[in-house]
Amino acid sequence: MIKTEGKVIVVTSGKGGVGKTTSSAAISAELARRGHKTVVIDFDIGLRNLDLIMGCERRVIYDFVNVIQGDANLSQALIKDKREENLYILPASQTRDKDALTKEGVEAILSALRKDFTFIVCDSPAGIEKGALMSLYFADEAIIVTNPEVSSVRDSDRIIGVLNSRSYKAEHNQEIKKHLLLTRYAPQRVKRGEMLSVEDVQEILAIPLLGIIPESTSVLNASNNGTPVTLLDIQSDAKAAYQRAVDSLLGIEQKETRNGWTNKLMDLFRSPA
Amino acid sequence: MITKTLKNLLKFKNKPSAKNAKERLQIVVSHQRLDDSQDTDFLPKLRHELVMVISKYIKIDADQVNVQLQKEGSCSVLELNIVLPSTH
Repeated sequence: MIKTEGKVIVVTSGKGGVGKTTSSAAISAELARRGHKTVVIDFDIGLRNLDLIMGCERRVIYDFVNVIQGDANLSQALIKDKREENLYILPASQTRDKDALTKEGVEAILSALRKDFTFIVCDSPAGIEKGALMSLYFADEAIIVTNPEVSSVRDSDRIIGVLNSRSYKAEHNQEIKKHLLLTRYAPQRVKRGEMLSVEDVQEILAIPLLGIIPESTSVLNASNNGTPVTLLDIQSDAKAAYQRAVDSLLGIEQKETRNGWTNKLMDLFRSPA
Repeated sequence: MITKTLKNLLKFKNKPSAKNAKERLQIVVSHQRLDDSQDTDFLPKLRHELVMVISKYIKIDADQVNVQLQKEGSCSVLELNIVLPSTH
């Protein structure tokens, strides 16, 4: 059997605090839960946080930079998730030296990971500095995490420009497949005209929609406990929304979930069996 | 104070803030994209091609051709400076 190479997906936004790490953790965990061997990499050198969101902060021994500098090999640095057997985490370094992230080093690690994993999810740091550029440079696909808010939408547009001009694919006349993930969405506020609607944001950014994650209390609860939203025991709106986003990422036809309002409506009309 | 609150309420009624956000974003994003596309990487090539074209009609020294792109606010100026060799 011919083994195909893994896909590199960057989770990026430009702006900080919009939900990149939350989304990276939730999407990676959901991909793994469905049986796809997945690794999620923290590119935020100096300010690592993915380990906390994934709940493995006490198991970090070696990190990304250790591997680049040859102080550890990849298998020593990868942390295997205790909940999902197909899920691995590569933590960021706490070193303040951002130059530790070299293009050659990142390329070597990503090509090694492509051989072993189906999905390689790169959690980008905020900004458009070195760490962010390195996290997107080798990407096949990009998830642009955006809040329905002016500064976030503007920064997302900037990042789309960077993806289109300063990535490996762009430099080789290919295109990175881009997906919009709208997070912290409040439909009630949209209805009142207080918040940009998904259509507004799509019209401005002009990229296909991957999913809409509603503003949800379960996100903070999940991070408090170091559990990716998609691995929560309880059902929540955010968990269901991330699951639909992963359906879409995998190209699975969207079907209304049991929680969908149309189904609730349908239930009212459905005759008892 | 009451009038101020009333005014705010009226303003709010006239134009929902999301609509304002969208309009402001559309403007800022279009400028941003223009800036991105105005990457000055093409200047050396433009300069070279200009020298080629002008050389067909006038004998010029390639070193005496100066091409500059200057941006001042929303206005961009492409400045072309060619020093013709003295005829003597």
